[in-house]
Amino acid sequence: MFDAISPQLIFGQLLIGLINGSFYAMLSMGLAIIFGLMHVVNFAHGAQYMLGAFVTWVLLNYLGIPYWPSLVLAPVIVAVLGMVMERTILRPLQNLDHLYGLLATYAVALIVEGLIRQQYGSSGLPYSSPIPGGVNLGFMFLPYYRLWVVLFSIVTCIGSWLLIEHTKLGAYLRAANEKPDIVETFGINVPRMVTLTYGFGVGLAALSGVLAAPIYQVSPSMGSSIMIVIFAVVVIGGMGSIIGAVATGYMLGLVEALTKIVYPEAANVVIFLFMILALLVRPNGLFSGAEKTR
Amino acid sequence: MMTRILLLGVLAVLLIAAPFFAYPVTLMTILCFVIFACSFNLLLGYTGLLCFGHAMFFGSAAYVTGYLLKTTGLSLELALLGGAGATALLGLFVGLIALRRSGIQFAMITFAIAQFVYFLLLRAPFTGGEDGMQSIPRSALFGVFDISSSFTFYYVVLGITVLSVWFFYRIVHSPFGEVLKAIRDNDQRVESLGFKPERFKLVAFVLSAALAGLAGGLKATVFQFATLTDVSFPISSEVILMTLLGGLGTLSGPIVGAGIIILLNDYLADFGEWALIAQGVILLLVIMFFRRGVVGELDRVLRKIRARRAS
Amino acid sequence: MTTEAETLARTVLSVENLSAWYAESKVLHGISFDVREGELLTLIGRNGAGKTTTLRSIMGIVKKRTGSITFNGDQLIGRRIYEIARKGIGYCPEERAIFSSLSVKENLTLPPVLQSGGMGDEELLEAFPNLRSRASSQGTKLSGGEQQMLAIARILRTGSRFLLLDEPSEGLAPVVVKEIGELILRLKARGFTIILVEQNLRFAKRVADRHVVVENGKVVDILSAAQLDSDMERVQSYLGV
Repeated sequence: MFDAISPQLIFGQLLIGLINGSFYAMLSMGLAIIFGLMHVVNFAHGAQYMLGAFVTWVLLNYLGIPYWPSLVLAPVIVAVLGMVMERTILRPLQNLDHLYGLLATYAVALIVEGLIRQQYGSSGLPYSSPIPGGVNLGFMFLPYYRLWVVLFSIVTCIGSWLLIEHTKLGAYLRAANEKPDIVETFGINVPRMVTLTYGFGVGLAALSGVLAAPIYQVSPSMGSSIMIVIFAVVVIGGMGSIIGAVATGYMLGLVEALTKIVYPEAANVVIFLFMILALLVRPNGLFSGAEKTR
Repeated sequence: MMTRILLLGVLAVLLIAAPFFAYPVTLMTILCFVIFACSFNLLLGYTGLLCFGHAMFFGSAAYVTGYLLKTTGLSLELALLGGAGATALLGLFVGLIALRRSGIQFAMITFAIAQFVYFLLLRAPFTGGEDGMQSIPRSALFGVFDISSSFTFYYVVLGITVLSVWFFYRIVHSPFGEVLKAIRDNDQRVESLGFKPERFKLVAFVLSAALAGLAGGLKATVFQFATLTDVSFPISSEVILMTLLGGLGTLSGPIVGAGIIILLNDYLADFGEWALIAQGVILLLVIMFFRRGVVGELDRVLRKIRARRAS
Repeated sequence: MTTEAETLARTVLSVENLSAWYAESKVLHGISFDVREGELLTLIGRNGAGKTTTLRSIMGIVKKRTGSITFNGDQLIGRRIYEIARKGIGYCPEERAIFSSLSVKENLTLPPVLQSGGMGDEELLEAFPNLRSRASSQGTKLSGGEQQMLAIARILRTGSRFLLLDEPSEGLAPVVVKEIGELILRLKARGFTIILVEQNLRFAKRVADRHVVVENGKVVDILSAAQLDSDMERVQSYLGV
């Protein structure tokens, strides 16, 4: 059956895999950062990603603000909404079982998705690419915008990793992940740090949403459908492990693409099979190494 | 004690008289979800496990029961048992995987596996894919009693529901149920007493899956069809809402919760997205302000009044 | 001599009728004592008497507490941990709390400078030469004694002049205990005010001005250094040795 597969198909699918992987990686990273500090699984992550895309669409269609300023504006707007949500909803729940945090963020996702659907309908809204055109590489056609998304997400992931592993700010975050009370006894305003970290994670989700707007349709369900994969990614990568989340994100994007080439019927389920396999082989996560598991 | 018997008596009269005043299908839907919510409550309320994809049991059993009724001519009760048995097996399989992690990760894994089951059923040859499985016959009960009219069938569903709730009550109040509650409160202590919490959790999970399967199979016979909606995430989400709204870890809470949510869905059915938005708002309010749920809060108020009277 | 200093020195911290709870169980039942400027006070008592809880209540880590804790005239009850720290209190917990995801250097320089007068990074590395050679290794790879030194060193960075030290001698070899004792005496000589939780009576005796004996969440006795010397039997009976 392999001789029937053209190189165009293979490279085309790999590119799609890389694009999907970029989104999986960025979203999982934000989820892992939030989980590391707050021990809350942010179910609203998908809705916040979707909001990033919608805010971008609204900025263009109602205010005439184009893509590039939106790349900054939309994440900031959604991050501010996220920080308000942290203060009003997550903070009062922080001393309870973290399942309540998961359920509360789920409830918010339900409300946000419902309201957007009520306002804009279920079908997707188009958003045209800010960098039209592409280049013919001989074996495939590479749209410039897709190249931009892949490069930008790689830079974002590496940048966030450097920020966390190699700066003073990152040291505060790592220390607070371990022992928040002790960090606070040094006079550091940890509650504010929690709010800002949540805002950062939400901002990353919204940024992914802006990037996604010209590729996928801007639709209310784009968030909830990707959340399913993101959950699998962070379970496989090990909860709260940033490198694990990013690496697993890209890997699963590619695995999904390869499955589409070899056995298209299984493409929807391969990630879950992968998760089940990973749980059986490495119950603590593929990248859990020396990290504590909860 | 006397008031309790009186209350139960009133409840029995109401349940028996209900189909004379209300649409039997709506009543039966509520009863199916009462069983489903009980099964969920056994996990979250009594064992502390949040299954975030309980619809996988509800929906799979709807298909299995429907398939048995359509193709084999089994009588109703056997088809229902077949559905529940199939989901017990599925529960065993899922439990063995998901119970490798606890707490929040257990929730996420059940969520992902439920999606997996959804895709499998979408593709499986016998489910009818997007169209669902249509015209499931209501075969005679025990091969004898005709139950094709919804009015008569209501009493069958009522009987099964009462049996299920009684079964649930017996589990929760058995020594096994006590161990589950101890696991919920502190599983390390249970382990130090020489029990294996994992085993108990697995048994609870399988029991809950079977009960959820019974609910799903029953639902398929009430509506005479099974669709992908039955395995979809919104159903998993509704059962969480019903249980929390009614009162986690209370016997009657999920029953009340199921009633409220089904009636609310019925009422908001023509208002598009507002049914889901309302569910989100209710869930959020319950989590933020009424974590005891309707029954739990009522109980607290009654206790306060009684304490005031006594003093 | 000590008594004269006592009467002259200003009260820095005053704990009055402090009660504290962990969840529903009450651990402290009305603790009262004062600490004067430049003084080194120990809290002694059996395991579970409430010494650590007293420190954690002062610091605000134990949130459910009643009574009064005033520091330089400011009420600490109701304040958050970081607000209390910013008033100039440094805390070194019993478990040392070295961060495993941070290098030794990062552990040392994590606390921000809150007030002028704190020790600079160079000064700290000079005072703790062991830490310099291990600067880039993982914090928790240090030996117990080194971890203890690191835990004390890092709070000296903030400029806080009031230190809460929870059992710095615990689980360490006698040589290291001696070193820590010398460090504490040096700090005292530099004018730091210190509350030290100790079970090691010999260690406490060497460094402290006064001893507060805690039992079942209450203060049962307060002894000066001289009284401790002359009445060892009484103290030993408190500690149950």
